Amino acid sequence: MSTAIAFLTRRRGGKGWHWTDIVTWVWLIGGLLVMFGPAVWLTFSSFKTPAGLAEFPPSILPYVTQQVQVEGYEKPLPLFNAKLADGSTRVLAEVRRIGIVSQMVDPKAPGEIIRVNIGDREPVREISFATENYTQPFMQFDFFRYLWNSVFVTVTATLITLIVNSMAAFALSKYEFKGRNAAMLVILATLMVPLSVILVPLYSIISSVGLFNSLWGVILPTVATPTGVFILRQYMLTIPDELIDAARMDKASEWQIYWRIIVPLTAPALAVLAIFSVVWRWNDFLWPLIVLSRRELYTLQVGLSIYSGELNVQWHYILAMTVVTMIPVVLVFIFLQRFITTGIAGSGLK
Amino acid sequence: MGLADRPLRYLQKKTGIGGMAAFFLAPNMLIFGIFVLLPLVINLAYSVTGGSALFLDERTFVGADQYRQIFNCTNYLDPMSCQEDAFWTAVGNTFWFVVLQVSLMILVSLITALILNRELIGRSFWRAVFFFPVLLSPVVVGLIWRWILQRQGLLNSMLYPFGVEPYTWLTDRTFAFGAVVGVSIWAHMGFYTLILLAGLQAIPKDLYEAAEMDGTRPARIFWRITLPLLMPNLLVVIVLALIKAVQVFDEVFVLTGGGPGTSTLFLTQYIYETGFVSLPRNAGLAAAASILMGLVLVVLTLLQLGVGRKNENKGKRR
Repeated sequence: MSTAIAFLTRRRGGKGWHWTDIVTWVWLIGGLLVMFGPAVWLTFSSFKTPAGLAEFPPSILPYVTQQVQVEGYEKPLPLFNAKLADGSTRVLAEVRRIGIVSQMVDPKAPGEIIRVNIGDREPVREISFATENYTQPFMQFDFFRYLWNSVFVTVTATLITLIVNSMAAFALSKYEFKGRNAAMLVILATLMVPLSVILVPLYSIISSVGLFNSLWGVILPTVATPTGVFILRQYMLTIPDELIDAARMDKASEWQIYWRIIVPLTAPALAVLAIFSVVWRWNDFLWPLIVLSRRELYTLQVGLSIYSGELNVQWHYILAMTVVTMIPVVLVFIFLQRFITTGIAGSGLK
Repeated sequence: MGLADRPLRYLQKKTGIGGMAAFFLAPNMLIFGIFVLLPLVINLAYSVTGGSALFLDERTFVGADQYRQIFNCTNYLDPMSCQEDAFWTAVGNTFWFVVLQVSLMILVSLITALILNRELIGRSFWRAVFFFPVLLSPVVVGLIWRWILQRQGLLNSMLYPFGVEPYTWLTDRTFAFGAVVGVSIWAHMGFYTLILLAGLQAIPKDLYEAAEMDGTRPARIFWRITLPLLMPNLLVVIVLALIKAVQVFDEVFVLTGGGPGTSTLFLTQYIYETGFVSLPRNAGLAAAASILMGLVLVVLTLLQLGVGRKNENKGKRR
């Protein structure tokens, strides 16, 4: 605590607040609000009822009007703080509303009906989380299917990416063969080919091999990523060749050398690539949007964008689904951000 | 994978170690060839054919017609005077987007990196704060901001106390374009901040100490030490950001869908809509447009490789 205070009051040069200290803190606190605020507000909003969402100006936390069960009435009634004609304020339950007059009763003495002008009453509100926003889409829509499709694409694509790229990196770092440099050059050259440039021909290739409207059509074009080969190769170059020679003396096959020696030793680089692959594949949008046209094959990203584009946008469901879509990324962020941020700064990877 | 040992040992006996190298390389090269190299070649073929058929053998050869259609303009600065007015609108929008987004984002990233480079408690926390949106998916980014900019949204409610009536911001052409630029900066600046921060931390501390001993003013230190030594990183970051900005699509598609009107229609969306959405789909025109876009990207990438190489040499000399 004392270090925190010492830190907070520490200033440039030690004499008074320098303007740069003020700028720094304004920038940092502002950044905190601007960067986290939108996601936090979205998350709170996702727990609001449709009525709560329609409110203006909106509240930050999800509120609902408190309800009470009153004797003699079937349904629970909403509670209000009502200002009465004599100037006193009482907590009353609304039975019904006719024009600008609200008929209210005292929950403790429900016999007598009290008429109150609607301008003179304020709802009694409590914080309440509308969890049905989360449970309903699971049953009503294909949400669970989208989730499953996304998980399938992410996990499968990442596994294939790791295997295929590490094999290629092994070949390119530990073998001398004709055309090695050519292969490396081709891989590096395609670093500059973004998906958006080859959309049309890629689509026709996927269709002609029968992968249109198939999750494999989403997975396959993305797995041989040049970035992956590049990082893994750079890492494997640091593994001493003597290890491989020793294994060959012991009659290990080349596959065993790859699988038992190289892969375990490359684990740190594989881990970085795995994290990135998961984030990339989970967030993919344009390509799945093109390849998948059947609803039951949509990934979360495609499903979300299609739902939110429809005319009768059901925001309470959309928001909840958005939050669910964010969860894996937020988990990655919480547990691995240090790892990722140093990884990016080191390799300029994205 | 232990199961693979026996058959692979057999393969090795047959082909030798050189054969195994090919075996390790094959899966990657195969996927690569089919899904990246082949499309690159076919793209050229598509751009010189016409018609609405999908497969190349059913398409008719039209030569340079697609390109002629694109470049059939009386005044290139006025999209409406062109036959392909949507393409030129998208080009203009993309140009202004790239200029605004990259310059503003690099400025914001640089300021943030400079601030994060100060002696701060919990520096890794603050670094993470600015990095968080980078991980979010474009669809989530688009939805978050659509939610904030809608009528009952946070922006309106923050302006309401100042007497501003609620407004549907994203239906305003100028504002929608600004929002797309701003949201894209919000989503990506953390990445560039990190790279710049790494560059700042590589600047030797003793340079600063020496400058402070001499009583050099902070502004002078920035212009004479920090900026020149950061320049290599800054250049790389600028080119990377340019390449990324030219391809902008995902978050804009969700945020505005290219609208209102065509005010946020960008090149990638034009290619997507020409090739896949509009009927009859025009794969030839989309391919031609994507090749033109690819040319711009190749130039930018070569620029980046040049910048990167120059930096490497500089590093060696130092």
